[in-house]
Amino acid sequence: MSLKGILKKISQINFGLMSPENIRKMSVTKIVTPDTYDEDGYPIEAGLMDPRLGVIDPGLRCRSCGSKGGDCQGHFGHINLARPVIHVGFADTIHKVLRSTCKDCGRVLLTEAEMVDYKEKIENHLKNEESITAIIKEVYTVARRDKCPHCAEEQEDVKIDKPVSIVEGNYKLTASEVRERLETIPEDEYIFVGINREIAKPEWMVLTVLPVPPVTVRPSITLETGERSEDDLTHKLVDILRINQRLKENMEAGAPQLIVEDLWELLQYHVTTYFDNEASGVPPARHRSGRPLKTLAQRLKGKEGRFRSNLSGKRVNFSARTVISPDPNISINEVGVPEMIATEVTVPVFVTEWNIDDMKKFIMNGPKVHPGANYVIRPDERKIRVYDETKETVIEKLEPGFIVERHLMDGDVVLFNRQPSLHRMSMMAHEVKVLPYKTFRLNLCVCPPYNADFDGDEMNMHVFQTEESRAEAKSLMRVQEHILSPRFGGPIIGGIHDHISGAYLLTREGSIFSEEDVFQMVKRARMPLPKATGKDWTGKQVFSLLLPKDLNMVYKAEICRKCDECLKQECKNDAYVVIENGQIKTGAMDEKAYGAFSGKILDSIVKEYGTDKAREFLDSSTKLAIAGIMKRGFTTSTADEEIPREAKDRIEQLLANAEARVEQLIEAYHNEELEALPGRSLRETLEMKIMQVLGEARDKSGEIAESYFGMENHAVIMALTGARGSMLNLTQIAACVGQQSVRGGRIERGYSKRTLPHFQVGELGAKASGFVHSSYKKGLDPLEFFFHAMGGREGLVDTAIRTAQSGYMQRRLVNALQDLNVQPDGTVRDNRGVIIQTQYGEDGIDPAKSDYGKVADIDRMIDEMRIKSKAGK
Amino acid sequence: MDIEKVEKVVKKKRTKFPEKLIYEIAEAAERHELNDKELDELVKEIKKANQRAGVENGEAVGTVAAQSVGEPGTQMTMRTFHYAGVAELNVTLGLPRLIEIVDARKKISTPTMGIYFDEEYSADEEFVRKIANRIGKIILNDILKDFNVNYANMNLSIEIDEDKVNDKRLEYDEIIAKIEKAFKKVEIDKNLLSFEPTISDPKHAIRELRLLADKVRDLQISGVKNIGKVVIRKEGAEWAIHTEGSNLGAVLKMEGVDKTRTSTNDIHEVEKVLGVEAARNAIIHEAQSTMEEQGLTVDVRHIMLVADMMTADGKVKSIGRHGISGEKASVLARASFEETGKHLLRASIRGEIDHLTGIIENIIIGQPIPLGTGSVGVIMKEKK
Repeated sequence: MSLKGILKKISQINFGLMSPENIRKMSVTKIVTPDTYDEDGYPIEAGLMDPRLGVIDPGLRCRSCGSKGGDCQGHFGHINLARPVIHVGFADTIHKVLRSTCKDCGRVLLTEAEMVDYKEKIENHLKNEESITAIIKEVYTVARRDKCPHCAEEQEDVKIDKPVSIVEGNYKLTASEVRERLETIPEDEYIFVGINREIAKPEWMVLTVLPVPPVTVRPSITLETGERSEDDLTHKLVDILRINQRLKENMEAGAPQLIVEDLWELLQYHVTTYFDNEASGVPPARHRSGRPLKTLAQRLKGKEGRFRSNLSGKRVNFSARTVISPDPNISINEVGVPEMIATEVTVPVFVTEWNIDDMKKFIMNGPKVHPGANYVIRPDERKIRVYDETKETVIEKLEPGFIVERHLMDGDVVLFNRQPSLHRMSMMAHEVKVLPYKTFRLNLCVCPPYNADFDGDEMNMHVFQTEESRAEAKSLMRVQEHILSPRFGGPIIGGIHDHISGAYLLTREGSIFSEEDVFQMVKRARMPLPKATGKDWTGKQVFSLLLPKDLNMVYKAEICRKCDECLKQECKNDAYVVIENGQIKTGAMDEKAYGAFSGKILDSIVKEYGTDKAREFLDSSTKLAIAGIMKRGFTTSTADEEIPREAKDRIEQLLANAEARVEQLIEAYHNEELEALPGRSLRETLEMKIMQVLGEARDKSGEIAESYFGMENHAVIMALTGARGSMLNLTQIAACVGQQSVRGGRIERGYSKRTLPHFQVGELGAKASGFVHSSYKKGLDPLEFFFHAMGGREGLVDTAIRTAQSGYMQRRLVNALQDLNVQPDGTVRDNRGVIIQTQYGEDGIDPAKSDYGKVADIDRMIDEMRIKSKAGK
Repeated sequence: MDIEKVEKVVKKKRTKFPEKLIYEIAEAAERHELNDKELDELVKEIKKANQRAGVENGEAVGTVAAQSVGEPGTQMTMRTFHYAGVAELNVTLGLPRLIEIVDARKKISTPTMGIYFDEEYSADEEFVRKIANRIGKIILNDILKDFNVNYANMNLSIEIDEDKVNDKRLEYDEIIAKIEKAFKKVEIDKNLLSFEPTISDPKHAIRELRLLADKVRDLQISGVKNIGKVVIRKEGAEWAIHTEGSNLGAVLKMEGVDKTRTSTNDIHEVEKVLGVEAARNAIIHEAQSTMEEQGLTVDVRHIMLVADMMTADGKVKSIGRHGISGEKASVLARASFEETGKHLLRASIRGEIDHLTGIIENIIIGQPIPLGTGSVGVIMKEKK
């Protein structure tokens, strides 16, 4: 019955066209009645719901194969069409075939020489499994001759009238005539028009008999009212049958040609829409409600179609989804799973002598108490649900060989994912930690790879069901294995926000802690306690506890102001980081130390000491930073952006000057005194100059404001250490928001020749084109507010469009490249075996294991080598 | 330190390093003044590192490359235009440019060239200006002093400004020759020219005259086909030309042009003039500079793989249904990407066979995919 345990591999799928004989042979019954059920609700024999077409109800047995509902996959029936009709999908091909063949002798309109030539070409391509589409296309154009090279018959132009009418000269060919034409084509010339003679005949593209899909393909649904609602396909088949019947009757009664032709046309329409209800040139068939029917082609096509929605991606069991929230106390490798989920999704455990007692305990707990069990599977594959009432009897029967589906427990490995899954770090394996409440909990360091925040984001979890998958995930997909991004070979997991401000506050020059405080912090970070010294500690010493004892490095921190001349160790900003033997000598920790995307210390720990060490470092250092920030307290408010009166006056003066300068430029422009930049019009030059003046003004005003901000200012700490925000944000709040732009230029749109009716026609001044002179803190006046909203709107529209565009680009890229892999000989090949690269990346280096794309940091290597050799002596 | 010495050491260690790495080692060795023993040690260490950082068999490099190129797309700006280096020229940048590159568009939205000169000419401003004027599009209107449509005499009189002609380093005789070639009814008196329209129907005489006026003004008297505006810029010690529009073939034939550095951003043109290998490098260069300009770091290897895939057949193919994805061997792979119906119907009359060697095919039928851990099997030898 079940296919479980039987290993079968599908090695190939052959595609082909069905002959009328084939369709009849496959059919279990001829369908003639255009009805489904009779008054008593029983399916009508030879109707569209004929019981021989298969069953859906689990209780009934199939009349054709004898299996029960659910096991019977259904059987085809057939409709004998009174007159042949053209298959829409092939209409184009039929047109091209007729155009390329002689109307008289039926041979392809190629000379003998051309035939030999093309035959060889096509056969070669087929042998190499290359697409022959291009060649066939060429044949179609070459074989469009006025005269047959074989029988010298004059050819008429064959045109297609969408969707399915074939017109020769001025005469519209009937489907029967088309079929007759196609029949005359000699078999050994099929190949030139792209038809495989072993599989298909061109005349089969014109249907004489229509297969009727089994009921399992078009199940009817019963509404609550007891009313039956039929599938769209059934509706369409009813239409076809009805017209087919009428056509047959009319033909037998010897009705006038006109009537027969009309009915024939109607039959053609119904068959056409049955296959494709979006074919161009046909009005789509509609449901009574006016909704277009979803017929065969629509079922397969597109994002919601069978291929992309049900075959390339499937719904799965043993998965969960809920809102996420942060938990700084769990490891980056862990995920907090709500108890409610843990008792629902299960792990199958094979019962052995060694674990049978544990398993019994789980079953004893039942399905409701946490480390419990939901199902027991007997060796004969019967699945038994564990209820509180039945658990005792289940336990009694339990013996090695059974499988217990126990609840998710601490330490189980699960897959964790956040959409959109743009890169492989969007799906990582975490260890479960069952926690109270109803959200998934994750360590803040894994936010960057998932691109997650906690404003209501939801994430998915999947539980592995086999040992192989668990083992694979544990070694390949664990969070700690993905600290380095394959995109650029640097860390993508790392400290964020308060981790960074915290580390800075802890390690900056002059931060000194009493030993008691240090021990408290260390304890809170769950680090081993250091030896007591009895003296005060510097923050640098505290942070150094985390570093490997042989770590040596020198780098410039994020807070580096990029002075013209670097004072190195004497840096006033404490931005020159020197670490000697795991001790921070100078420099403060900030984003460059262990932040996501740019953490240098983290980066070198992963590369030098491995992922386990890196995970430990991240877990402890972030906790220590948080402990540090909590010792001191950290908050921000608009008070941080307060600047003294004199600064405001200076900014005001500066902006007034800039606006005056703009007026001067405009005047010069009106007097045509402005000199145009090469290759630019006068107007463009003016715009560029104004933008430049106003841009400078904003920057200068920012600089003034900045000069009043010190390193004690929390907002500034966040901006400069790279924790959150930027100096631009601060200066916009404190000093001046600056020019608003739409489409990369000053704002021009609105009324004719002016942006708003508050301005003069043709006014070009700073204010009239969206320069926001106020600061966010001071508040924007109504006009400024409006311009600001215009710029803001553009930003929103931009984001929406960008996501769609880049999503599609990525889909195309993945689709084009997904088959490539590295072969044992080092080459990169696609699935046909075509070599794309003789050595991956020209050097065979995996960027994920490289040092920012290089094999290794040679300078560091030399330094280390020398230190080692010194130690050796 | 010389490269050969490093090469010798590398050879002694029975390994092979890429050229660039050897060069880097030599450079570092020089900087740190390594002695022979140290160099020996260093090469040994790098050999180890090289092995450690190598790609593993079966690694899904394609998917990783696609994700690495695609993921930053969400962070890119949509802003189409930006002033890149040369303030006077607009160049498409950001996501639209990246899409353009992957699409292998025949007509890119802002073709542009960077023209550099051989050493002997690169500092010669006069020479570069002359070339620039030969390349850039100049129409008759640009060198006119006076333009007059005379409705009474039904003719057109123009005066050419000799200063402008000299300023643009043009040859007066050449201009006249061009005008004579383009217009039959023209009288030339030094720099005074008069044109007469050919009037077929007296009713439309005035219209004909106006048409002629436009034609005369728009007559191109200098410039390379497909190139519009040019900008001359001093870059360091040398002079360079940047153009709007591109015609690599014609520009490379010009005297003094440095053929090794002059480039265009039109990939198809590079392919036509210099071949696929050059086109591949152009794709890599263009994609990488687009990313870098946006401040995004993507390893070259990923971009290389995309470029190699696009050029593997000996011609530049696009990523998408008209290129790589549309020419896949597997019916299921094509049908699941785009144009489902078309591919299935075509497969049926061709009697195509899907050998199910790709990824998506195996996902569709529910089998393990031939990548990574799925690309290997375990064979156990039975003990007799």
